[in-house]
Order: sequence, then structure tokens, then C-alpha cells
Amino acid sequence: MVEEESLRVVRCGGSELNFRRAVFSADSKYIFCVSGDFVKVYSTATEECVHILHGHRNLVTGIQLNPNNHLQLYSCSFDGTIKLWDYVDGILIKTFTVGCKLHALFTVSRPEDSVFVIINKEKPDIFQLVSVKLPKSSSQELEAKELSIVLDYINQSPKCIAFGNEGEYVAAVRDFYLSVYFFKKKTTSRFTLSSSRNKKHSKNNFTCVACHPKEDCIASGHMDGKIRLWRNFNDDKKYTYTCLHWHHDMVMDLAFSVTGNSLLSGGRESVLVEWRDAAEKNKEFLPRLGATIEHISVSPAGDLFCTSHSDNKIIVIQRNLEASAVIQGLVKDRSIFTGLMVDPRTKALVLNGKPGHLQFYSLQSDKQLYNLDIIQQEYINDYGLIQIELTKAAFGCFGNWLATVEQRQEKEAELELQMKLWLFSKKTQGFILNTKINMPHEDHITALCFCNAEKSEQPTLVTASKDGHFKVWILTDDSDIYKKAVGWTCDFVGSYHKYQATNCCFSEDGSLLAVSFEEIVTIWDSATWELRCTFCQRAGKIRHLCFGRLTCSKYLLGATENGILCCWNLLSCALEWSAKLNVRVMEPDPNSENIAAVSQSSVGSDLFIFKPSEPRPLYIQKNISREEVQWGVFVPRDVPESFTSEAYQWLNRSQFYFLTKSQSLLTFSTKSPEEKLTPTSKQLLAEESLPTTPFYFILGKHRQQQGFSPCWKTSRFLNETSKNELVQLPLTENIPAINELLHTPAHVLPPASFLCSMFVNSLLLSRETESAKEIPEDIDMEEEKESDDSDEENDFSEKVQDTNDPDLGEDIIHQLSKAEEKELRKFRKVDYSWMASL
Amino acid sequence: MGEFKVHRVRFFNYVPSGIRCVAYNNQSNRLAVSRTDGTVEIYNLSANYFQEKFFPGHESRATEALCWAAGQRLFSAGLNGEIIEYDLQALNIKYAVDAFGGPIWSMTTNPSGSQLLVGCEDGSVKLFQITPDKIQFERNFDRQKSRILSLSWHPSGTHIAAGSIDYISVFDVKSGSTIHKMIVDRQYMGVSKRKCIVWAVAFLSDGTVISADSAGKVQFWDSATGTLVKSHLITNADVQSIAVADQEDSFVVGTAEGTVFHFQLVPVTSNSNEKQWVRTKPFQHHTHDVRAVAHSPTALISGGTDTHLVIRPLMEKVEVKNYDAALRKITFPHRRLISCSKKRQLLLFQFAHHLELWRLGSTVATGKNGDTLPLSKNADHLLHLKTKGPENIICSSISPCGSWIAYSTASRFFLCRLNYEHDNISLKRVSKMPAFLRSALQILFSEDSTKLFVASNQGSLHIMQLVEGSFKHLHAFQPLSGTVEAMCLLAVSPDGNWLAASGTSAGVHVYNVKQLKLHCTVPAYNFPVTALAIAPSTNNLVIAHSDQQVFEYSIPDKQYTEWSRAVQKQGFHHLWLQRDTPITHISFHPKRPMHILLHDAYMFCIIDKSLPLPSDKTLLYNPLPPMNESDVVRRRTAHAFKISKIYKPLLFLDLLDERTLVAVERPLDDIIAQLPPPIKKKKFGT
Repeated sequence: MVEEESLRVVRCGGSELNFRRAVFSADSKYIFCVSGDFVKVYSTATEECVHILHGHRNLVTGIQLNPNNHLQLYSCSFDGTIKLWDYVDGILIKTFTVGCKLHALFTVSRPEDSVFVIINKEKPDIFQLVSVKLPKSSSQELEAKELSIVLDYINQSPKCIAFGNEGEYVAAVRDFYLSVYFFKKKTTSRFTLSSSRNKKHSKNNFTCVACHPKEDCIASGHMDGKIRLWRNFNDDKKYTYTCLHWHHDMVMDLAFSVTGNSLLSGGRESVLVEWRDAAEKNKEFLPRLGATIEHISVSPAGDLFCTSHSDNKIIVIQRNLEASAVIQGLVKDRSIFTGLMVDPRTKALVLNGKPGHLQFYSLQSDKQLYNLDIIQQEYINDYGLIQIELTKAAFGCFGNWLATVEQRQEKEAELELQMKLWLFSKKTQGFILNTKINMPHEDHITALCFCNAEKSEQPTLVTASKDGHFKVWILTDDSDIYKKAVGWTCDFVGSYHKYQATNCCFSEDGSLLAVSFEEIVTIWDSATWELRCTFCQRAGKIRHLCFGRLTCSKYLLGATENGILCCWNLLSCALEWSAKLNVRVMEPDPNSENIAAVSQSSVGSDLFIFKPSEPRPLYIQKNISREEVQWGVFVPRDVPESFTSEAYQWLNRSQFYFLTKSQSLLTFSTKSPEEKLTPTSKQLLAEESLPTTPFYFILGKHRQQQGFSPCWKTSRFLNETSKNELVQLPLTENIPAINELLHTPAHVLPPASFLCSMFVNSLLLSRETESAKEIPEDIDMEEEKESDDSDEENDFSEKVQDTNDPDLGEDIIHQLSKAEEKELRKFRKVDYSWMASL
Repeated sequence: MGEFKVHRVRFFNYVPSGIRCVAYNNQSNRLAVSRTDGTVEIYNLSANYFQEKFFPGHESRATEALCWAAGQRLFSAGLNGEIIEYDLQALNIKYAVDAFGGPIWSMTTNPSGSQLLVGCEDGSVKLFQITPDKIQFERNFDRQKSRILSLSWHPSGTHIAAGSIDYISVFDVKSGSTIHKMIVDRQYMGVSKRKCIVWAVAFLSDGTVISADSAGKVQFWDSATGTLVKSHLITNADVQSIAVADQEDSFVVGTAEGTVFHFQLVPVTSNSNEKQWVRTKPFQHHTHDVRAVAHSPTALISGGTDTHLVIRPLMEKVEVKNYDAALRKITFPHRRLISCSKKRQLLLFQFAHHLELWRLGSTVATGKNGDTLPLSKNADHLLHLKTKGPENIICSSISPCGSWIAYSTASRFFLCRLNYEHDNISLKRVSKMPAFLRSALQILFSEDSTKLFVASNQGSLHIMQLVEGSFKHLHAFQPLSGTVEAMCLLAVSPDGNWLAASGTSAGVHVYNVKQLKLHCTVPAYNFPVTALAIAPSTNNLVIAHSDQQVFEYSIPDKQYTEWSRAVQKQGFHHLWLQRDTPITHISFHPKRPMHILLHDAYMFCIIDKSLPLPSDKTLLYNPLPPMNESDVVRRRTAHAFKISKIYKPLLFLDLLDERTLVAVERPLDDIIAQLPPPIKKKKFGT
């Protein structure tokens, strides 16, 4: 690795997928969604992210297909640019700089050179819909300064704007009125609903709008759950509307199907409603979608719908209202009680997910792995209900056990508390409920920890509670005569002068248990459960408590509410050192002695990395976040980094992730933002139009052989790489083309019969000598390895489409010489079963 | 205004009967409404929806169909199998013709109004020719298997659509044969119902047939091919009625859930000629079945089992915001059902088939303004007088002295003498009524109860002298030569010298009772008279019209009084003119000659002629000024109209004596409680 630059705080995935409506590609194979500063391209069939389009320097606020070229995608961002992408290859084609913050983007097929954006120029909450004329030029960076205001004083949300009848009019809603601007007549009609404060009309506000694709009909959603279908709106007097009412809460989004035969609506009920023929009695439902429907979009081909939900999820739904795919990001709907944890098995980040669930989130692939239903009760989605909350969770015994605590408190004296212990089942590869303990304590459980010592013979769990006790739970034989069932029982109850137990922590070897009782820390021997010693600093209640690790295991650290960080030596039973630091988060690194502490001050949060043995910190990063940092965790790296600089060595074996109050998941990185941007633009320079896919290698080579591919000359190093490899490594296992072929998802592969001859051809050609000498530098590519891999997969499938074209295929086959054909026939007879064993 | 002790009467147990049919006449802008008891009412929509005329009901004559034919002729048909024509001048039934097809379920006239078509129980469709004075059977169409529930002509008059059970037939008028039989789907929300009744059909000029059926569907059929074009499922209950606008750009359907749906023909896109029918707005003004709907050029009219007639204007068709732009709900008849004997404090209530006589309660307690006084003696139900025969009572009256009751049905006139002996009461019918007194439209006793005035339906007025237990016919004023218009409002002066009588359209005639001759005629006014009264001592005739105008006419001087001229010059307050129910009763205070008391269904008003008239800028409905406020302020804000809205809906209000009022209210909730239960609808959150 090159010498690191300065350490920066970066956002690491988990950004909102539901910020804007998702967009389908014209063939419904891909779905695009904005995700923070990126646009993500997902496959609708496999739910996999096939591309990440990066280039914007701020939040992406709108994406639309180019109506005149359905293989291109426009995106706009708060950074004031509109970018045009080739989404098939993930290439940025053009950048139009507008200059001001763009809030939403709309495209229409006519006029061809204009797009519409929402901006706010003067006052902070007065938004305008403007049309932007995109200049035609071959250069990549363009200025688009020709703006003309279409509608003023509109709602900021793109859901409140809709273009109808192929861009003949635009409908905008705000508060209590609907305005329709006719481009031909250049007039605006405005229809106002009664907004009087009486009960009947008080929730008449418009919330969203959609236009019928074929007819002059505007559908508007309202706060009270009504949908109004407006017709005849080109006549100010004779306009009329119909009401459809099923939703009991506000209509979040509306979408017409491509033919206009049905209208889709959704809201907080988490039910997708399809209104057929715009009739109130003719409706279909897709219920139990899990969370509030925020957006609905329809594929241009008409075969798929998708709904974006408030729990950061996109559901792809087929025309017959069957959910076919779920794209789930990090659920950030609600407050996080459990904090951040790392599942020792999957190395996934574990935290509160959907109501009543724990989510397992893969940091590497920015994807939710699965949800574990802890509470196992139907969630009633209604405002003002007091729900059961999952408050604590902990992993133990290397991921074999999971302990969870849930509580519900409606009144002061009525606390419902439940602790559940889950065993990992190798058979089902999931957690199975083992023990359920009702009211494990009389009051709220404040801490929960497993004894994670390697040599401990019996799984042990300690819970600390506000009722003044801590309880030790051990795994014992259940009352089963065959002694097969196991369950958890309480082994020991400890208390200290009726103080509330606030924290508990096992030492690394499991021999000592530290329990803090408000201001006092008590040390217990885990073998006999005897109180060994107490520490009291009278510096406020203990907020965090942890033992040192490895060489520092003789130290115990405690952070108090009064902003004192103390370190006690367990051998001397004395205070080693203390520092004045208002610690919000204190996390030990499981792979080293390091401990991370995040302190909170009025200007922001600072990070301190230190070893308990030294009072001097190893590393300080000031102002990591302007907000309060709520949780942090060290995640072990799969491949250790090798930072040579002393200050960054703490990042070698683990990475530190933290979650702020606004629930953005952040981490530290040394890579510069430019590094992330370069590959795509370089790629564009490298190849004019042809994507480089494994399949292309085979096909392109073949073409070149036959001497009818002019494109071949222009394509560069990647091809040559493969050729070199072919020359040097004639073994079939090492030919990348074959590897790619085998790694490509089956659903994007062309028919096997066609593939077979291609495949054989590529083998035959390897005898030719190639004179390529340069070995390309692939430093750029390495960075983007992961996404490029998927790029290639994706490109592959696209190319396959081209080659599926019968003429082309025929051509290739005709070009084969008689001898080759004979050989091919021979190959057909050969047993290919070896392929299956690969 | 003065303080009154008020008898607040709520024991008038009146329930109007449900509306069965509504027929709108575009030429005269009149609406005919038939009720389930057979009553037919005519509303004049041009005259602020005033109920001009009514034909009393008959127990055996349940009306199922009502239609206007050429030249403002009104026909009805019903389950007794008869077609009836009404005489709109003399206010009686002209003739009844039996169709000989069993009960008649539907009837319609052809677009030119020269032919009448009825659909009968036995499945026959019969064509009648309308001749100037009668109707003549012409021929039968192909007989169908089951009853014909609905009929509609093609606007060109060549084809007929007939709705039956489970299917719709299309007939060719020339040949009388069925061209198409369009089977209606019995499916109802996936469940097969036993039968699908086509309650209503409408034939449009482009050949589309619209049907409304018991499965809750409104369907569009192509009559040329006999195929279903489009289906709208609009309700879980029956769709019972349909009415199409003359321009055929909108129609309205009524459902059994009380909802009225409006359908409009709107262009699919602004730049194409293609149009489609779209269900637009639902209106929920009814609680029960909407049995009948009509579509006037500017309004949707609906009526149903819940007895309300609702006129809902189409805002896009209303040019100026005026009286017509407001929603109207007509529940109570615009005529008096209550008469009062001031001397004995008796109230006579008129029902469809009986009369009730009540004595008002009394109290000895006193209290402050606004107090409810405890009754020392409860109101007494003295008499329950049932009529014989199936006919409804047209009118009734009790004499001011309380010893005479007179009432009339369509064929008989009854006069009874009441005798009071302490708490007992005995009734003796006066027999031997003269032959010419067969029915009466209005009955009035003179103030001293010695004379009885009867307006008969031939347009003549009879004066009778009442003597102990019998009567003597004094005189009959024959209608003016050439007119046969019936008089329906009468007023007599307290001194008994003058009798004022008014018909439905012409002016008010004033007769001199002493000399038995016509004294004068008040000039005719555009709007019908809704109430009449003659003031004591001054003999000023006060006339209220349906456009809320009030005139005062001096009978001795044969001219309008100064006050009336002043009022006309300045004009009434705009809010006064916007009230939506007509003034139904006028009375006078015996001690305060400057006061006129009048009331409509939602307010009563005392007009003090001595005070200045309100201008449009002043508050019309001013609350009573507080007592402690200085006289100056009160005088400044005071104007001639003292209005009270405490009692509503107010059916009758009169002065019993100088300090006592009687007000008869009929709360709508009490009426709804007596109706059959409506279709149960699931309400969200319950």
C-alpha cells in the first residue's frame, strides 16, 4: 500500500436507499436508487448490487432515465450538477454544472434537450421548478446555465410534482391546492380544496401527485388518506374529481401503471393498494410489507413495481402483486438501544433493525444479511402505541449464544421484562430460542455480558439491573430425563448496599467479574462469586466499564458521568491513573490492547485511542463528528492492513465504526476521495464504447481472428491482459474467460449450445501467438476490485444480449472453417461432465 | 319584541312518507314527486322550490311510476294496475285506466310525449296513445318472462330498452319485437346472488344503454350489438335509480345505501374527441334508499325512503351565486297540518288517515327569560279520529271556539261537533252534507266560529252558517268565468267581513262576506302565495310569497299600504331573501297592531312596522340585546325584523293570547327514529 494520507472520517454504506423513488431500467433488469452520494444499480432478479455510480460530491437527489436513450441515466445532486451515466458499464458520460443545489430531477421526452429540476434560489423554503437546457457538445464537462422558471412556490418533495400526457402539462401540489401548468398554452390553473379548520376538512392537505400516462387524469394523495382523481382540469369551471378512500392515514405515494389501468397507492399501513379501473370497489392489496411505504415506482416495461420503505428497503413486486425481491439496506428507522455489536461468526454488524428484530448487516457488501425476529409479535403500526422494545443484546461463546432483553413500560409500575437466550444451530445456520425468562429482574436491565474466556467450561451470563442486583446465569441440564435439553438458570444473585447495578464486565480470562454499583466498582471472583475488592473514586456514577486486554489485562477502566476516566491496577488494587475526559463511548479492540474512547464537547466529538498501561493516548482525532456519537465498535479486519505510521497502527487489525445521533454509520479511512473517483473516468478514456467483459474477450478475439471487427483495434489493455494470460497459462482452470463464465450468474448466461461453440473457439485460438508485451498497470483497478467484478458480470450479460442477435451469431458460425467445424463436432461428442465438477 | 310564555309542543308525531318517484319537467321547470302513500306533490323549481300543488294519497294506489307527457300532463301508474292522469288545474284525478297487465312497475313517455309505455308484472310492455283528453291502448310488445321494472326510450323514439330480472331487452318500436336480450351478470363481489334486478335503464342517443342493477353495478351496453361495454361496481347494495341530463353529458344514480353518484362524460385527453364516462362525485345526503333521482339542467335531485327531497346544484352549471346555488333539503310539506283553538287551548293535528286533538298543558310557575317552567298539568290527548276508507285527509280545521272540527278527504267532507262536559268529550258528526260539498282543499272557521268557509276543488268557495249542531249553506262564490283554478289558501278578517282566497298562480281575491260579492283582486305576482292573513281592526291583508316577499294590502282602500310600498322601495335584506323555506303562517298580536308574526320551518319573526327597515349592511339575525345595555345602543341597532331561531324545525306557531305562544316542533331525529333501519354499513374504526 502506498504511504497513507491523513486519516479521514468517511461514511461507510448504510445510506438511505429510500430517499427518492427507485427507477427501473427500460427492460426491468435493473433498478436504480440513490444512496447517499452514489447511485446504486441493482439487479431486479438477484437483488445484487451490480454497479455503484460515483461521481457526485454531495447527496444525490434525483435520478431519471434519459427518455431519448434508455441506456442512459441522469442524476442530480446537492452539489449542483446533473450527470449523465451509461449505467450498463457504470461510466460517467457527461457532467452538466447548474450551480445551485438541485432538489429533484424530472425528464420528459419532448423537448429533447431539457430536463426539469427543483431549486431554491432566494429564500430557504421557497422552491421553484425550473427547466434546464442541456447544451449539446462533445465535451464531458458542460455548464448548463439556461434556466427558466416553470412553477414557483412549490413543494420541495419530488412526489409533489408530476408530468402528464408526455410532458404537455405538469401538476404540482402544495398545502391545499393543485396547480397545473400547460406548456402549450403557457397557463397555470389552480384548484384549491377547502382548508377550513373544522374537523371534516382539516386534513385535506395534498401529499403527493401522479399523472395518468394516457388520459388527462391527475391523481392526488391527501393527508386524510383520500385519493382524488382530477379530470377536465383544463377547464377552470368544469373540472371534476372522484374520491377513492381506503387509507386511514396519509397517502405517502401514488403511481399509475404503465397502461394507466390501475393506480397504486401506499402509506403507513404498509399495504400496497392497487385500484383497478380507478374504481373504489375494485381494489387489490399486498399487505404486510413491514414498514411504511415511502415511494412507489413502476417499471417502463410494466411488469414490475417497486416500493421503497421507511426501513431502508426496496421491494420489487411483480405485476400480479407478488413480492419477488427485497433489497435491504441498513435499517435506520428507529433508535438504537442495543448499540453496535459484531457477530463473531459472520463478522456482521448487529444492531436494532425493524421493530422487534435484530439486523445482521454486512459492512463489506453494504447489505443486510438477515433479520432475527426477537420479539416475535405482530407489530402494530400506529402512532402513540407503546411497543415492546428490544433493549439489550449480547453475543457469547464465539457466537454460539445470543442473549436479548426486551421491555415494555406503559405506566411507572408496570414493567414487562423478558430475557431470551438463543442458541446458534449449525443445522439451520440460525439462532433458535433456547430459554425465555420472564422478569429476570425487578427493574430495567442496565447491562448484559457473557463470559467469553476460552477455557470456561460453562457458558455464563451476567445481568445487571437497576433493582440493585446482578444475576449470574449459567447453562445447566434442563429437567429432561435424557439430559439432552439444556437451559439457563440463575446461579448467583449479588448486590452491594442496595445500590443500582449499572455495568458489568468480565475480564479477558473470565476469572474476574467487575460490576459497578453507581459510583462504586466491585470485583468478584467468578469461581466462587466472592466479593474481592471495591474501588470507589467518588467521581460520579460509572457510565462505562471495561477490562484491559492481552498485556494490559491487569487494568480496569471506568468512565464516569462527571467526565473522569479512571484506570485501576487490579494487582495493586489502586488507581493507576485518571484523566478528565467526558467519555461517551468506550470500546476495547478485541485484537489488541487498544481502547477507543469518544468524548463529547460542545463543538463536537473527539476520538482518543490509548493503551490502559499508558495514560498518554496513542492517537487523537479531533472533531470526528459534529453530532453526538452514540455507539462505536471495533470490527476485526479480514486482511490486516499495514500502516507503517505509528499513529495509524491501531487501525491495522481492526476498523473502528461509530454511529452518530442522526444514525449515520461512519468509519476512518486514509483513502482520498479522488482515488475513488478516478477509475470510472479513466475507464472512459480507455475504451470508447465497447465494454470489456469476459464474454467480450472471447467474442472480440474471435472477431479479430476473422478480421471483421474494427472495434477491436481501439480496445486496450484489458483485452491484451487476457491474451497474455492465455498465452502464458494455457491451462483451462486459469483462463479467466472460463472462470468468469463459471462465476457468472446462470440467469444472465446465453443458451448453452451457443456458449459451447464460443467456449471451444476460445480454446482453439490460444495456439496463436500474440505479440503483446506491455503489462498493464492495474493499480487503479485494484481499488475498485469489488465493484469492477460486478461490473464485469453485468457487462457480460449486456453483451450476451447483443450476441444473441441471430444474424451476428450466424455470422460467426459461418466464419468457421470446415476443419474448425469438424473439430467442433468432435468437441460436441466429448463428455463435458468435467465442467460440473469444476 | 316582548316576552312570551311559549308552549313548546313536541308531541306532534308526524312522519312524512318516503319518496317513491321523482319526475322533472324541463319546460315548466316543475318537479312531480310521488310518495309511498300515493301522495303526489308538484314543486315549482322556479319559485324557490315551493310545493305548489298536491294530490292526496290513497291506500291502494301505491305509485310506482310518474311521468310528464306532452302539454304538461302528469301521469302516474302503480301496483293497482291503473294509469292515472292528474288534473293540475282543479287538483283532482282526471281519470284512471286499467292496463290489464297486473301491477305496473314502470312507465315512460316517448320523446315527443305523444305515447305512453307501461311495463307490467306479467312481462308485457303496453303502448298507449295519448289523446287530448284521455289515453288509448294501442298494442302490446313481445311479452317477456318476468316483470318489466324499468323502461327507457331512445331519444329518436325508434327503440326501447326494458330492464327486467336478470336481463335487459331492446325492442324495436315499429315491429314491437325484441332485438337484443342482454343478460346481466348475477355475480356480486364473487358471490352469485339469486337474482339480479335491473332497477333502472337509460337509453342514450348514441345507442348506449345504461343499466343500474341490484348487484351494485352501473353498466354500459352497446344496443347495436347487445354487448357489455363497461361496468362500474359502485356499491355493495342495490343501485335503484338513474337519471340522465338532457345534454347526455352527465347522469346520476341513487343507491340503497343513500349515496348518490354522479357520472360525467369527460374527454380522455384535452386534444382528442374521445370521451369516456367517469364516476366523479358521490353525495351522501340520504340515510336510506334513494328510490328516485332526477337531473335538472343545473341540479341533481334525489328522494328516497328517508323522506327528504334533496336538490343539489351543480356548481359548474350555476352562473351566478344566488338562491339556486345552495343545497336544498325539503322534508316538510309547505302547507299547514295543524290548527289551533285559541279559546280552549286545543291543537288539532292532521295525519294521513287520522286526526288527533290535544289540550295543551299548563303551568302555575313563573320564571326568568329562558327558563323552562315545570308543567302542573300535562298535555292531554283528547281525541283520535280515524277516517273511514282508504283516502288520505286533504285538510282539516278546528274552530276557534273548539267546538267544531271539519276535515275532508278526496271524496267526502266531514263536519263534527264537539261537546265538552268537564273532562269528558263527546263527538257528534253532522250528517247530511250537501252534495256539492264532496271534497275541500281548504277549510276555515270565522273568528267567532259561526261561519265555515270551504274552498272546494272545483274552484268555488262555500260559506256556511253554523248553528248549534247543524249548518246552513249561505252562499257559493263561483270561480271567475273561464278559470277552473282551485283555491288553496283562505283568510278571513277577525270581524268576519272579509274573506281572502288565493289559488296557485292567479292573484288573491277578496270577498265581502256581508254583501256576498267579490270586493277586489290583489294584483297578480310572479311567485305563488305561501301564506295569507288579514289584520284585525285595520283589515290589512298580509301576503307572503315564495320568493320571501311580504306585501301588505289595505282591503278597504284597495291598495298597498304605505309600509308595503316603503318595503318594496327599499327591498328586503339579502339574508331574508336567501332563507330556504317558505313562510307558512302569518298571525297578529291583538294588542300591538304594528306587529306581524310570521314563521317558516327554521325561524319565527315579528315584524315591527314602527321600526326602520334593515339595510343590507346591518345584521339581520341580531341576537337579543342584553338588558343592561343603554337604550341608545339598542335603538340604534334595532330594526323591524325580530327573528328567533330557537324552535326548529318549526311546523306551527301562533299566539294563544297576548302573552302566550304555541310552537309545534318536529325534530328530525324523531322522524329518523321512526323510519325503517338503513342498510348497515361498516364504519372504519368501529
